[in-house]
Amino acid sequence: MYKYIWLVPLLPLLGAAINGLLGRKLRFSEPVIGGIAVGSVALSFLISVAAVYSYGFGSNAQWPPNPYLTSQDGFSFEWIPGGAVHINHGIQSGFALLNVHWSYQLDPLSSVFMLIVTGVGLCIFIFATGYMHGEAGFYRFFAYMGLFMFSMLVLVMGSNFVMMFVGWEGVGLCSYLLIGYYFDRQEAANASRKAFITNRIGDFGFALAIFGIIATFGSAQYTQVFEQAKTFPMETIGHWGLLSWIALGLFIGACGKSAQLPLHVWLPDAMAGPTPVSALIHAATMVTAGLYMVTRTNVIFQHSQTMMLVVALVGAATAIFAATIGITQNDIKKVLAYSTVSQLGFMFMACGVGAFVIAIFHVMTHAFFKALMFLGAGSVIHGMHHEQDMRRMGGLKKYMPYTYWTFLAGWLAICGIIPFSGFWSKDEILWGAASTTQIPLGWIVWAVGTIAAICTAFYMTRLMAMTFWGRERFLEAPAGGEADEAHASAYDKGLAAHDARLPSAGDRPRHEPGEHVGPVHEDVAHHTATHGHADEHASDKGGHGHGAHIPHESPPSMWVPLVVLAVFATIGGLVGIGPAFRSVTGTEHPGGRLNIVNWLSPVIWSPATEAAGEHGSEPLAEGTHGAEAAHGPASAANGFNLAHAVESSVHSELATEWIFIVISLVAAGIGMLLGGLFYVWRPALPDIWAQRLRPLYLASYNKYWVDEFYGWAITRRTMDLARAVFAFDAKVVDGIVNGLAWLSRQFSRLVGGFDKYFVDGLVNTIAAFILRLMSPLLRAAQTGFTQNYALVMVVGLMIAVAAFFAKDIAAALRSVFAAIM
Amino acid sequence: MNMLNSFIPALAFLFQEVEGDRWAQMRHAAANPDLSKFLVIGALLFIIGVAGVLTRRNIIVIFMSIELILNAANLNFVAFSRYLQETGSVNALAGQIFTVFVIVVAAAEAAIGLGIVIALYRNKETIWVDEIDLLKW
Repeated sequence: MYKYIWLVPLLPLLGAAINGLLGRKLRFSEPVIGGIAVGSVALSFLISVAAVYSYGFGSNAQWPPNPYLTSQDGFSFEWIPGGAVHINHGIQSGFALLNVHWSYQLDPLSSVFMLIVTGVGLCIFIFATGYMHGEAGFYRFFAYMGLFMFSMLVLVMGSNFVMMFVGWEGVGLCSYLLIGYYFDRQEAANASRKAFITNRIGDFGFALAIFGIIATFGSAQYTQVFEQAKTFPMETIGHWGLLSWIALGLFIGACGKSAQLPLHVWLPDAMAGPTPVSALIHAATMVTAGLYMVTRTNVIFQHSQTMMLVVALVGAATAIFAATIGITQNDIKKVLAYSTVSQLGFMFMACGVGAFVIAIFHVMTHAFFKALMFLGAGSVIHGMHHEQDMRRMGGLKKYMPYTYWTFLAGWLAICGIIPFSGFWSKDEILWGAASTTQIPLGWIVWAVGTIAAICTAFYMTRLMAMTFWGRERFLEAPAGGEADEAHASAYDKGLAAHDARLPSAGDRPRHEPGEHVGPVHEDVAHHTATHGHADEHASDKGGHGHGAHIPHESPPSMWVPLVVLAVFATIGGLVGIGPAFRSVTGTEHPGGRLNIVNWLSPVIWSPATEAAGEHGSEPLAEGTHGAEAAHGPASAANGFNLAHAVESSVHSELATEWIFIVISLVAAGIGMLLGGLFYVWRPALPDIWAQRLRPLYLASYNKYWVDEFYGWAITRRTMDLARAVFAFDAKVVDGIVNGLAWLSRQFSRLVGGFDKYFVDGLVNTIAAFILRLMSPLLRAAQTGFTQNYALVMVVGLMIAVAAFFAKDIAAALRSVFAAIM
Repeated sequence: MNMLNSFIPALAFLFQEVEGDRWAQMRHAAANPDLSKFLVIGALLFIIGVAGVLTRRNIIVIFMSIELILNAANLNFVAFSRYLQETGSVNALAGQIFTVFVIVVAAAEAAIGLGIVIALYRNKETIWVDEIDLLKW
């Protein structure tokens, strides 16, 4: 079955091509476009499930598995036919033929991503058919989304770095297109450009790393590269060997794509795109491409202890940084965006401490609960008539039950409450940080991660409280201010703009320039037609005026995906139940191959087992992933190790693990209780504490002024440079050119004068002289009398005759003279 | 003195010594004209014609002078024809036939020329060539 996985990326591409190329021309209706898009993704998902099942669990599945390449069954083509590559890395030198095949690879890692991308993608596609209803650019949206699915699947299914790069750039392009979906809004256009340019910086590092890989290993194919990389020597902290530099380039690429410090600035702005885009691209899939890449190249990363430390510290810094910003944001999507950045930081933290499997586990659970929450936010925005400011929400629990209950699952998951999915992955990340032996300073990473977890629980509780609980603030009169005006204006225009839904509406999103909200959706009349309960809403609107729209629950096409995702956000973590529960489950990683640790272990290289000579010989790899290797004797080299310190005092490994689980649960509880205290029981507290901690509050509220700093340090300096270059160009270069022009003008004036007065004068003088001399003579000859002319002819004839007979005449004359004399 | 110096040889040329009776010789020569006689007459006719063309003002007279020139040529043709007939080297009739052509062309020329003269007279009211200097322009 799994030889058909080449269809998985192809189907969304086909759907995108049909929608994008024909959707407008043939005026496909929304069900047709949505059907093509959702159908292609659903088919991809089914093929993925079948392929992964037969690959890992089928009757003839091998274990440990070998990577399956579609080229084995001929489903590939020679994409970049070979050229000789000069390999020079000291160990072996020479030339290799670089042949890049376009072939897909199925292995445990790519299978996890295939399922996430197509599965979560399917939910989001279905959601989007409801959310984008009524958009003039409906076909365009789904064309971009399909193209994104294709690119993302190429990224995770490619069998070599060049294919990964193609997918990498493809998702970047689609991200750009989809952030700028409302391209007539300046804010969206700016955000899309910001995302694109910031990603370029990361892609630069990634491209350099790929060149380095090709130059070092003579191949871009994963299997060949990693086979060779395993034989390279380890590079300890401070030793910047070849693999460290390659890993640095790769990590710069990952930072750009996964929004890590210092390249995180584009992701919050990317919320200008439609909410399904935020859910699919900027929460569930694309931003995790960096994690996929780091995990895919874990052999290279694990060779470089320096880069592992860098990854862990950058991840930890990003986690706490973004989490603290998330506390003070008021836009529901901005909170979720910073939450995503923070969670991505957690994942990099896990990679950095060597727990790659856990990072991917968190990618998966995060895809579930963050996609759920983004879609929930989209549902809220939809129900609130494009209101995104949480200060104007509240009490939505009553109006949007499906959204509320599913969001609740996501909230518990991200806070890390047992047994919701987020608990399992986040707890393992913190445990991995505390117990790591691959890098020093693991305890700092753990401490920062725990604080970030508290912040996470706090701001998510705040989001819940401000959105779903408490007073129904949307009933109150608008408090004025920019947001309210924009809102009211949007509402006004929203009513009027619905005429634009006629077939002739073209491709313009129905938004006003100042509008700051998500997609426009149905008008009141439409609600009345589709939802029976909309009648009282319409009448309520008359009474409350602007800013007092009664929210409504979203249609089933929107809440059904929410329910599906909520189920996964709740139970999805069970595939990664940690070793701390071995007394309950009986084994460290229960579930056999269904356990994500067992499933992914074959693709994770383990330096510890490598050193012990056990690599590749452990079936089902019980407890040998990176974090577990912590208990080896090598730990002493990396200084203080928190987990070991605790373990040496309690004298029990199990007890140590449980201590950390309790700490993590307590952290989540503290965050949630604080959030409840601030926003449910004592609503006055936030203002009081914002006053008390005013500098901190302002720093967080203004996102630590990173954008301002970049604007000052990079954008302004670039502009200054451009201005300086322009000035140089205008003054010096143009000056030289103009000066030369002036010089040649003067010179030509000189030459012209000489020519005019001297040469021409000379010529004229001579000509005049000759003319005056000769003209009377010649004029006199022209008498006009025929006889004169005839005379001249006769005289000439005579002269001619005389000349002809000159000798004879002379002789005759002589004889005459002789006769006379 | 210089004039005298050139005049005397001319006289000498005219009155050079001839043997025998001069008149008898001249009569003989007239009765048996050789080629040179015809050529001299032709040359005289030609000179008279040219002088007439160059000097006369009446355009009709100029036409008549042109006829003289043409006839001088005709005379030469005929004379040479006769001369060559005696030597018998080439087809001697060629000269006579050419003469006929010249006469034909002369007739045509006279017709055209007189036509031009009439046209000229009608426009300029004159047949005096020194009043006609249109070629200047």
